[in-house]
Amino acid sequence: MKKSVFLGALTVAGMAAGVASAATVDDVKARGTLNCGVATGVPGFAAPDANGEWQGFDVAVCRAVAAAVLGDPTAVEFVPTTGKTRFTALASGEIDMLARNTTWTFSRDVDLKFTFVGVNYYDGQGFMIPKELGVTSAKELDGATVCIQTGTTTELNLADFFRVNNMSYEPVPIETNAEAQQQYLAGACDVYTTDASGLAATRATFETPADHVILPEIISKEPLGPLVRHGDDEWGDIVRWTLNALIAAEEYGVTSANLSDMASAATDNPEINRLLGTEGNLGEMLGLDADWAVKALGVAGNYGEIFEKNIGESTPIGLARGLNAQWTNGGLLYAPPFR
Amino acid sequence: MSDTHEETIRFVRDSMLPQQEPPASSVGAIGWARANLFSGPVNTVLTIISLAFIAYVLAGVLPWVFQSVWTADSLNECREIMQATWGETHGHACWAVINERWLQLLFGFYPSELYWRPILAFVLLLVAVAPVLFPWAPNKLLWVTAAYPFVMPWLMWGGTIWGPICVAIGFAILFFGAQFLASRIGSLAGLIVAVVAALIWWLFIVGPLSGELGQAMNIGLEPVASRNFGGFMLSILIGVVAIGCSLPIGIVLALGRQSDLLIVKAICVGFIEFIRGVPLITLLFVASTLLNIFMPPGTNFDIILRVMIMVTLFAAAYMAEVIRGGLAALPKGQYEGADSLGLDYWQSQRLIIMPQALKISIPGIVSTFIGVFKDTTLVSIIGLLDPLGLSNSIRSDSAWNGIYWELFAFIAFLFFIFCFSMSRYSMYLERRLKTDHR
Repeated sequence: MKKSVFLGALTVAGMAAGVASAATVDDVKARGTLNCGVATGVPGFAAPDANGEWQGFDVAVCRAVAAAVLGDPTAVEFVPTTGKTRFTALASGEIDMLARNTTWTFSRDVDLKFTFVGVNYYDGQGFMIPKELGVTSAKELDGATVCIQTGTTTELNLADFFRVNNMSYEPVPIETNAEAQQQYLAGACDVYTTDASGLAATRATFETPADHVILPEIISKEPLGPLVRHGDDEWGDIVRWTLNALIAAEEYGVTSANLSDMASAATDNPEINRLLGTEGNLGEMLGLDADWAVKALGVAGNYGEIFEKNIGESTPIGLARGLNAQWTNGGLLYAPPFR
Repeated sequence: MSDTHEETIRFVRDSMLPQQEPPASSVGAIGWARANLFSGPVNTVLTIISLAFIAYVLAGVLPWVFQSVWTADSLNECREIMQATWGETHGHACWAVINERWLQLLFGFYPSELYWRPILAFVLLLVAVAPVLFPWAPNKLLWVTAAYPFVMPWLMWGGTIWGPICVAIGFAILFFGAQFLASRIGSLAGLIVAVVAALIWWLFIVGPLSGELGQAMNIGLEPVASRNFGGFMLSILIGVVAIGCSLPIGIVLALGRQSDLLIVKAICVGFIEFIRGVPLITLLFVASTLLNIFMPPGTNFDIILRVMIMVTLFAAAYMAEVIRGGLAALPKGQYEGADSLGLDYWQSQRLIIMPQALKISIPGIVSTFIGVFKDTTLVSIIGLLDPLGLSNSIRSDSAWNGIYWELFAFIAFLFFIFCFSMSRYSMYLERRLKTDHR
């Protein structure tokens, strides 16, 4: 059977290379599942639990999109991707969307021909250092040995930061975060640098987290967000507005607790009514049901609830909202109006 | 007893002394230690240093392994239990992570109610290889061996039973067609016609036919997507397929490389040198990313299948060189002897050359097998969740983030079991086939 698949695939490949694919949303509906690329494991953002169920902040975005399009948050095939395979997996159509803490950069958007549909987490590169060294600012790190993951943007940011501040450093190249933790704890380097969310997650696993400090300087912008292929704007709109619906719901106070009440009848806030489909026809414009946003919000609640459950201050990772607060609270989250 | 020397010899012993035990210092454990460990000042010093080193390592490892926590829900809970029991957290393993995740490390995300299928496939594997590996196994088991390549994918991936049956029929067409036509239109023409017929069968008839049969009589297992494969099951699956397919392909390549036919030889040499000149990881990237771009959008060419093909080709190229070494080691007289018996090429290969060449190559073949099996862990780099990939995923669970050695120790232990048994079997096989005059 497998052999026939293989031979068949070869023949098809030989004959039909370059056949235009149908719209992604039609593929997804026909297939009945959403193929969503996630990381093979980033604490709080994507990880399988003991039952093989994927959990995490990025995973929640996939589930919300699946619920909006297919009405079923479990109709998601999670495709684990590594930093090296993620872009080809998306470009080749193996996955419909990628939600894998990917930094939105110019070249990825323009040159690699992807569409970043928004930002679900504003991250930035930070430094962690043992408290006993008495360093309070990254500007005092002249001559430090720094554990750094190779082949990432963090490596380039680090070089830029030290050059701009006229300091020297000695890099200790590391392949994975787990290895970095071991090296840092063993004292192979004075400083560990990676995204601030990763630093917080790493520090939370230490036996004595209080002995390590994360320095206040954030030396880079790392807006992480889901992305889709160029050229299928209908699909891009669906993913973009699903993410916006999660963010807007928090702003308007729609939570998983009051969702069914608010969705059952029109409220006195027209913006909520349009979002939840009790007024207007926004769902129809997207080519989805009128209650698409209700389904997306029904999975795990609004953005704030998802944040709290996966990476918020009540979890071991314990990230503060910071930049990821609503614009009304001094953060950067700002969903365009639903009208 | 004679009495010839009665005068000249004063004393003749007429009874033997009872045999004495050898001195206690030269037999038993003490004697062995004296002979092997303390036979001189240098050896004594080396022995003491080695023993001290072993004791030092064990003093660190044994408490870590055995004074450990087996039930906890997170690394922090482990640490609390260690703190409460031993007053410190260093030097104690937290096996609770293995306790919680061992099924995942073995089966990946395979549905837990279907675990019997990979287990049955593994048991059948042992049954299927037994007649090939051991002389005491009944020959009738060869039927299991022949059926196994079709049963195993069905058990693992599920789906309708008609697919594997139809593919198997294709092999029957190939085999019996070639035999039937050989007597009618000559062996080469017959073989070519049979191959074409089988290809047509596989490419154009199997798909629709198995679909029709599946609708008419729906016998099948619940399908399991490749994405749910993981853990040790994935390593063993890729390893077994690569090992099973690489040996015959390797033999063909090795023979092709020694062939007098120019094109055959050029193709074989080119293939072997190309594959051996490229790292496996590159081939895996080709499998996971490059092929995707060549395929038309929407083609679903299974990633595990792609990886198995690449690993098989990689192993086959190395296997071909190992077997070529065996062929080169055979004295020329063996080839000439085969010719002088009037055997044709295939007969002489089958009866004279290959049995000897393969016997010489056993250690090389088995180390290639072991190497391939261990190389399967490289698939974690392209996002397949083999044990090493899963260890990363498990660590990303905030309950277990920060755990490190326990996972690697468990994975190493399982790999050691498999590789060590392969190595032991090869030594057994060498002893059994030992017919030379050493």
